[in-house]
Amino acid sequence: MLELHDGALNVPEILTRWYTCESTSNYGAYIPFVGTVRDEDGIEGLSFDVYEPILNSWFDAWVAKAEPLGAILKMAHSRGDVLVHESSYIAAVFSPKRRVALETIEQFVEDFKASAPIWKYDLRDGERLYARERSTAIEGAGLLGRAQ
Amino acid sequence: MISVEFLGPIQKPVLKMEASSLQDVADVLRQDDEMAQWIDSCAVAVNDTLVASLNTVLKDGDKVSLLPPVCGG
Repeated sequence: MLELHDGALNVPEILTRWYTCESTSNYGAYIPFVGTVRDEDGIEGLSFDVYEPILNSWFDAWVAKAEPLGAILKMAHSRGDVLVHESSYIAAVFSPKRRVALETIEQFVEDFKASAPIWKYDLRDGERLYARERSTAIEGAGLLGRAQ
Repeated sequence: MISVEFLGPIQKPVLKMEASSLQDVADVLRQDDEMAQWIDSCAVAVNDTLVASLNTVLKDGDKVSLLPPVCGG
């Protein structure tokens, strides 16, 4: 399940809904990761652009990767502005036993940071500034600049 | 005719052009001063699938997307 929300995530509602949804599915482990905007460098918040078609296929590939492990993935992310101390990202793994969930959440979140087509901007003095220095080029980037 | 779209922070409208391969798109964008700061860091998708070769064949109606460096979360 992949959810996109306009603005900040309602973390208690989402975590509770996911928990309730899987409460009788016989998963022994539920490991959520919640990303919250920190007050640093004078920002008022963050803002996000999301490109849904490729995000959906990236997420679907992860669902297929988790399935043979008996695990399922859920993810929620914000579009637009999210202010300091609000949350923009939740990822969660459900699995029969803890080891698979612990390993999968780490791999999933790290790949998300490196590959998911989402762009982050700092909100500062009323401006929306691309966080280029904190961004990661997707694997294979630079193709068009390469000499053929 | 194919279309080239520039995602995220690249402030550039959709570009329509004739192209039979990704190499043709690269030849045009390398001449574009606005793209100089982006071209070496963008990933490329054709019809929403990431591609890895400039030899990728394009046909009429295809959509090429440029994805600059990402940072979700």
